[in-house]
Amino acid sequence: MTRSLQTPALGGHELPSYLEDGHSLRSWLLSTDHKRIALLYFGSITLFFFVGGAAATLMRLELISPSGRFFSNDGYNRLFTLHGVVMVWFFLVPSIPTTFGNFLLPLMIGAKDMAFPRLNLFSWYLNTVGGLLVIACLVLGGVDTGWTFYTPFSSLFANGYVILAAMAVFVAGFSTIATGINFIVTIHTLRAPGMRWMRLPLFVWTQYATALVIVLATPVLAITLLLLMAERLFGLPIFDPAQGGDPVLFQHLFWFYSHPAVYIMILPAFGVISELVACFSRRRVFGYTAMIYAILGIAVIGFFVWGHHMFVAGMSPLAALVFSFLSFVVAVPSAIKVFNWTFTLYRGQIYFEAPMIYALGFIGLFTTGGLSGLFTASLPVDVHVTDSYFVVAHFHYIMVGGAVSAFFGALHFWWPKITGRMAPDGWARFAAILMYFGFNFTFFPQFLMGYLGMNRRYHQYAPEFQIYHVASSTGAAVLAAAYALPMFYLGWSLIWGRRAEANPWGATGLEWQTSSPPPRENFLKTPQVREQAYDYHPETEAPLHEAPEGRRPHNPQGAGA
Amino acid sequence: MSGQALHEPFEDLERQRLAAAFGMWIFLATEILFFGSAFLAFSVYRQLHPEGMLAAARETNIVLGSVNTAILLASSVTMAVADKAAEQMRKRETILCLALTAAFGLGFLVVKLFEYREDIAERLVPGPHFALTEPGAQLFFGFYWVMTGIHAIHLTIGIVIVLITIWRIRRGSLAYGRSGFLPSLGLYWHLVDVVWIFLFPLLYLGGRA
Repeated sequence: MTRSLQTPALGGHELPSYLEDGHSLRSWLLSTDHKRIALLYFGSITLFFFVGGAAATLMRLELISPSGRFFSNDGYNRLFTLHGVVMVWFFLVPSIPTTFGNFLLPLMIGAKDMAFPRLNLFSWYLNTVGGLLVIACLVLGGVDTGWTFYTPFSSLFANGYVILAAMAVFVAGFSTIATGINFIVTIHTLRAPGMRWMRLPLFVWTQYATALVIVLATPVLAITLLLLMAERLFGLPIFDPAQGGDPVLFQHLFWFYSHPAVYIMILPAFGVISELVACFSRRRVFGYTAMIYAILGIAVIGFFVWGHHMFVAGMSPLAALVFSFLSFVVAVPSAIKVFNWTFTLYRGQIYFEAPMIYALGFIGLFTTGGLSGLFTASLPVDVHVTDSYFVVAHFHYIMVGGAVSAFFGALHFWWPKITGRMAPDGWARFAAILMYFGFNFTFFPQFLMGYLGMNRRYHQYAPEFQIYHVASSTGAAVLAAAYALPMFYLGWSLIWGRRAEANPWGATGLEWQTSSPPPRENFLKTPQVREQAYDYHPETEAPLHEAPEGRRPHNPQGAGA
Repeated sequence: MSGQALHEPFEDLERQRLAAAFGMWIFLATEILFFGSAFLAFSVYRQLHPEGMLAAARETNIVLGSVNTAILLASSVTMAVADKAAEQMRKRETILCLALTAAFGLGFLVVKLFEYREDIAERLVPGPHFALTEPGAQLFFGFYWVMTGIHAIHLTIGIVIVLITIWRIRRGSLAYGRSGFLPSLGLYWHLVDVVWIFLFPLLYLGGRA
């Protein structure tokens, strides 16, 4: 190992780390340090991931038999609603931005903290309040509307705790809005000297685009849920067809948020994968500028495709045509990103360490999910597969195969920076590979049975689908094991893991130029950024190969004055 | 004597003020989408049921609505003057104008409560005893109650923050002239005002031409 990997260029090892800066409960719960808030979020998100995962496990258990053995119809409805609400709003939407975004954004741009540290803490408390409401809803008996709360069922007929669930989502929505505002202002006002826009790591760009989508889409969901609550609570007819109201209007407003929300979930994952692929293939990201335009393109076009969720709900042929066309268009920047990651690998020196295996798995799963998205964007095919398991498989490939794989990749990549310990790489690689197989095992059969006509949201089904359901449930057991494994070996590494150097992967970003874990102030000296991101080799030359047993030191993006 | 103006993580005051104003503008953008979606839904129904919506609009109390519009416009003037006074570090005038702003806000709420009482007496709450029979009329009043209610909540939050601000300036714990807090508060107050400027013609002027 060369010296430059061990001694951080921007100092930090002389100071106590952020983890040692106070040990009381108060020093955590009232902390305005973005790194501690990230860990608070990490705690709540992990909890909800396992709550939502438990619901999914019960569903897969129920679906082994075609006759519906363990749950009543109503019980099954409540189960998949809980799974959807928890996973969408309490895991996927906040997952990468509030944990890794919070932790890394100031580090990557060379700032001391977020622009509004107290707002940052406040957003965690809002998220917690929303989480408590959802738990209360679960304990009292749950909701049976599906995570989409479609009217007039949710407003007039459903007999679950709709208001409690809607309130939980409403509050959590404001938490993400606060985070979004914080990210945008931080990136605009707190970049270190020399950190120009076209030098920002792609992870920062994706956080920026995500924050834009959050602040422009979430308020629409907020008012829609408020109108729903007003109808249910006070009997004000807003979407009631008996009074001339239009239930399809609810769907338009709901999907105006919820389609962009898909990009809130996947854009941060794109950022993570760009960091991982560049670092573990020792290459500049191919087409850095094109990547930025693709990120922004997805964020903008993503606002104009919501109608494809409603092709069978009734819309004019012209509107359907336009929404179908735009849904194909939004696939173009996504494809550009996949091609650019692949070209980044070309002639790179690829390290198959755990984070890279997660990243490669992401590329495969995301591509499968994206291509199946083209099927559902196409009008005639979509009419055939609407509300079938084909759609379920499609969006799970994007959100679970994509976003969750990226979450675990990020967790393993930045684990040394966050905790100061190395994770055991053998176990981590095993978990990554298991996750890839378990995932395909679970969800690929769902493409097949969906295309053959298996509808979603039923727990009793025709016996010929049983073979697919049993395969899917077996895969789910493998997947559950793969998700539980990291808890054990990462927990183990906290105590017995090897101590991490400042820059164990030999990456170029600013976050690796301070000690692991970083001090409260992040950097000892103000960073001066002199290089573009991903300076793994001179721009006009092919990358040199380094000896595989020791990483060559790379030009860091910036150093102290 | 006033509190510390510069906060972590900023190193100069100019940039901190910029960040505060920028953050508030983004928040206002979210508010515009929030209210905008409700305006959109309202407009869709206005298109679907023009007769019933206009007949219902004629039942609103235009006198109280107009008085409230005037009160709210006046409150925006005093808020703007408070901001200017703070810029010149004139503590007494700042507090006076803020107090007037809060008083106007409270006045709006009081008038609105009287109006609500009248609406309830005239059976304008949607439900089985609703006064009008035209299709769409109940929809109009569904939006009337929701939107004026949300607006009133926004105004209440504004009044509470203005009162806390007065208290903090008097106590000397707010660097009111330099920290960028008052301009941001002003932006919020004006937005609540502007929302009413849109609500007033939508709810009160329709069907009266």
